Amino acid sequence: MAAVTAGNGAGSGAGGSPEGTGGSTGGGGWRRPHGPLQRHYGPSTAEAAEAPPDPTDINGPHFDPEVFMNKVRSECPLGQLLAREAALGREIRALDSDMQTLLYENYNKFISATDTIRKMKVDFRHMEAEMDDLAANMAAISASSARVSAALQDRHRRGAQLAGVQALLRKLQALVEVPGRLRRWAGTEPARALRCHARARAVLRHYRHLPSFRAIEDESHAIMAELAQRLRTRLREEKLDPKELTECVEMLLQLEEPAEELSEEFLSQAGTRLEAELAALEAELPAADPSGVATTPPPPASDILDFVDRGSSAFVGTLCQLAGSYRALFGEDTGRLEPFAATLAARYFALLERRLALERGLGDTSLLVRALDRFHRRLRTLLELLPAGADAAATLVARAARERVDRYLRALQTFFLGCLGDVRQALAAPRPPGKEGPGLPDLLATLAASVLGQLKAVLAYVQLFTARDVAFASLPYFKGEFCVTAVREGLVVAFVRWLCRTARGFADGPAERGAPAAPPALLLLLARLCLDYENSTISYILTLTDEQFPPQDSGPAVTPGPALCAEARAAAQRLLDHYVQVQGAAVAQMLRKSVETRDWLGTVEPRNVRAVMKRVVEDITAIDVQVGQLFEEGVRRAQSSDSSRRAFSVYSSSRAPGRYAPSYTPSAPMDTHLLSNIQKLFSERIDIFSPVEFNKVSVLTGIIKISLKTLLECVRLRTLGRFGLQQVQVDGHYLQLYLWRFASDERVVQGLLDEVAASAAHRCLDPVPMEHSVVELICERG
Amino acid sequence: MEDDAPVIYGLEFQARALTPQTAETDAIRFLVGTQSLRYDNQIHIIDFDDENNIINKNVLLHQVGEIWHISTSPADKGVLATCYNKTSDTKVMTCAAVWRMPKELESGSHESPDDSSSNTQTLELLCHLDNTAHGNMACVMWEPMGDGKKIISLADNNILLWDLQESSAKAVLSSSAALEGKGQLKFTSGRWSPHHNCTQIATANDTTVRGWDTRSMRQIYCIENAHGQLVRDLDFNPNKQYYLASCGDDCKVKFWDTRNVTDPVKTLEEHSHWVWNVRYNHSHDQLILTGSSDSRVILSNMVSISSEPFGHMVDDDELSDQEDQHQEEKIKEPLQDSVIATYEEHEDSVYAVEWSSADPWLFASLSYDGRLVINRVPRALKYHILL
Repeated sequence: MAAVTAGNGAGSGAGGSPEGTGGSTGGGGWRRPHGPLQRHYGPSTAEAAEAPPDPTDINGPHFDPEVFMNKVRSECPLGQLLAREAALGREIRALDSDMQTLLYENYNKFISATDTIRKMKVDFRHMEAEMDDLAANMAAISASSARVSAALQDRHRRGAQLAGVQALLRKLQALVEVPGRLRRWAGTEPARALRCHARARAVLRHYRHLPSFRAIEDESHAIMAELAQRLRTRLREEKLDPKELTECVEMLLQLEEPAEELSEEFLSQAGTRLEAELAALEAELPAADPSGVATTPPPPASDILDFVDRGSSAFVGTLCQLAGSYRALFGEDTGRLEPFAATLAARYFALLERRLALERGLGDTSLLVRALDRFHRRLRTLLELLPAGADAAATLVARAARERVDRYLRALQTFFLGCLGDVRQALAAPRPPGKEGPGLPDLLATLAASVLGQLKAVLAYVQLFTARDVAFASLPYFKGEFCVTAVREGLVVAFVRWLCRTARGFADGPAERGAPAAPPALLLLLARLCLDYENSTISYILTLTDEQFPPQDSGPAVTPGPALCAEARAAAQRLLDHYVQVQGAAVAQMLRKSVETRDWLGTVEPRNVRAVMKRVVEDITAIDVQVGQLFEEGVRRAQSSDSSRRAFSVYSSSRAPGRYAPSYTPSAPMDTHLLSNIQKLFSERIDIFSPVEFNKVSVLTGIIKISLKTLLECVRLRTLGRFGLQQVQVDGHYLQLYLWRFASDERVVQGLLDEVAASAAHRCLDPVPMEHSVVELICERG
Repeated sequence: MEDDAPVIYGLEFQARALTPQTAETDAIRFLVGTQSLRYDNQIHIIDFDDENNIINKNVLLHQVGEIWHISTSPADKGVLATCYNKTSDTKVMTCAAVWRMPKELESGSHESPDDSSSNTQTLELLCHLDNTAHGNMACVMWEPMGDGKKIISLADNNILLWDLQESSAKAVLSSSAALEGKGQLKFTSGRWSPHHNCTQIATANDTTVRGWDTRSMRQIYCIENAHGQLVRDLDFNPNKQYYLASCGDDCKVKFWDTRNVTDPVKTLEEHSHWVWNVRYNHSHDQLILTGSSDSRVILSNMVSISSEPFGHMVDDDELSDQEDQHQEEKIKEPLQDSVIATYEEHEDSVYAVEWSSADPWLFASLSYDGRLVINRVPRALKYHILL
């Protein structure tokens, strides 16, 4: 349409200049809004911009009628020109009619607008008049209203004033009543008085420049001062329970008494009270004996559980309460409270410790455990206030437990010694003939069983300390160190060690120097006991202990079982050796005396075996029985069992090889020596006092060796006559007859007796041996 | 060990008595007395040539009886005393006499052994110690470091102090003391202390050790139950005046401080039978020699109770630098009591051990079968002590 219009315009332009001018006027006004339209159709603009300005385009902006005309004229044939002209004429007409239509429309609108404006002009004129009326009315209203309010104002002010006065008067009334109320309450309800005073105080202070107020203030001050005074007196003098004390101090604080001073007062008052509690506890303890434990204090009136109970409910409870109040009253600053509480707690601990020390006997451990448990539990609340005391308390409990374990150890030791005493008594008791006393195995079994039983019982008691329901058992001490250091090492290992030591003591100790020596049977018994310990009992005890008190992995090192076993074995060995020595020495002493006291030169021809030899054989037989009760038989070196009937080889001409052969012909003593020495080169050296093995044969061999060697040495110290030699011969044969069966190797007996015989022959002035048959005869008869 | 092997000498007879020649300080010489009931007894003078390891012997006849104890004068090399058994058919009596050996034997002789055995010489009797009133003589002690004029003999329960007069031709009993008590008391042995101006002796009877003052002849101390059984021998520490060693039938050797007799200072339990003899080394009192009827001789080093508990004090300068350093370190490490050596050359009970009076590193031991063994302290220990 636009193109048509433009073309129209151009057409008109091309059509004729007058039209063009008229067109430009109308076209200008019409075309202006068309500009935005054209701009809106951007692409055509763009096309226009792209294409070079074409002066021949009738709708283009650069249309040049001259160029267009020239171009049309030069290019188009006539027909076309005509057709063109007709087309242009049509377009121009269409455009003209459109323009006319538009003009009409616009004109109509303009007219109706003019009508409207005119009408409005008329209406406004009406309104203006009404507005003026309104303004006048309003002015009248405001004037009268002002008059009314002016008239009412005065009354209103007076009313308000009166209300104010009324309130003031009421307050004054209250103030005036303050001293009275204070006075009334100060006696009975100081707290209420305080509240009252607190309310009045600020006002009074504010108006104190007024004499009447001052009087009131002074009066109430005086009352309050009096009240404070009374409270203080009460604080100082009376015995208040912690609640009253707290109230009292709280009121004093409200009375603006200095907090510093009050906290001191509070603490001292609390101190007095706690001291009283402590004193009550202390009163139950016997007076400390400065001279030591000269007299055994009478048993405490109440048991430990009771004591701890009272101590914790009275003292610990009060202390907790007071400490709580202190915090509430004086804030969290506990610089003063802590040392105070620590001191008191320390005294309490000390008291408890003294009480614990009174638990001398073994008493009831469960009671002690319960007491300690309660103590520990109750203390926990206190410890929240007083963290510093935790260590002290734990130490106290641990020490008490340790103490108890030590006491058990001592009790065990006493028990063992008691058992030993019983055994000694049983051994020493004179036995009516024909009636055997309890045998050694029975005694041993009784001893071992009772000791083991006691140990088990003790372990069971001690286990109470680590029971699950006991609060302090969860302390690290009781989990680790207590089990290992106190129980395993301090109790079990220490006991076993002590047992070994004690047993050894019988062998090492006083035997020689004065003190009554242990009976040999006891040595034997203890040797067996130690051996049994080494074999089984120690490992059993240790296993039991480790089960009941499981050791911590990272705990302190423990004594290994084998070390203990070695100790026990050493003790057993020492005891058995000692037994052999003691018994050997007893027999040897008999032999020595018999040889030393006899006149070997002037003796008569032997008719009998000397009584002492029979005695020796009897004793050794008895020893054999004794040892046989406790120790195994042992290995005997196999040899002809028939040796009792064998000839006493020294005097027989035909002899087994390997025997020493003294010759009694008065010829060459040199030969004798030579022979003797050669023989000795091939025989084993005999150690007389040598360790023995744990069996009967070895023990007996040891004793026989000691005896015979003694006989040998003693004979060598004497000078014998002919009959003396013969007597030795008889004695030797007798011993040979009866002793060989006891020894592990009868050659030992044989060899030693041969040496005795040889030495006797050497020491004889007239060595004429007795006929062997006669010797045998005498021995068989004897 | 490049230690010299022990030297062994055999006697024909059994023997118990052994002594060094106390007055001799140059040559190593021991005297051994034999025991034979049926032959003439002898005293063997054993000379030991240390350099050549050779033994020379001279034999003296001792015809009066078998010798139980022998001791030599500290002043005169030729004088000795013996306790011997005089036997009759029904009675044995132990007597004591002082003898003089032939002059040429005093300092040893270099005759060939064959000769000496063929023509044995006899002792010259100087005097008898008359004991008819006192009982059997157990031993004779010379006053140590004296002039050889005072001797003490123990006879049964009597202590007899003799003065030898007229060049030992006469023995005068100057004082005596008797031990009274229950039963038959009998001295087994005794020693004369070299300390306190030689005014103390110690005796042993049964299990008791007693000290006596020779001036007053009174008992000055008494160790009751010194040993569990019989006490066999005693010896004084030559360098520490209150120290005494004892040994006995309980197989133990005990060391005592005579000022405190309730407990021994130290006890050794190394032997397996009775200990018959204990001897301190004359110069180095840590060296203790013991002989026992278990046929062993044990040399112990009792440093801790010796007069040189920290070893020989030597300034470092005295040690030349070339001296091996480790030796020096050895000295400084703490010394401990120990058994140095056990000598097992004997086959029979050893009843006597003695240090040589001339060489402090050499000792002899005698067993009943007549075997005399001469041994030396191990060289390493010797240097250890000396350096």
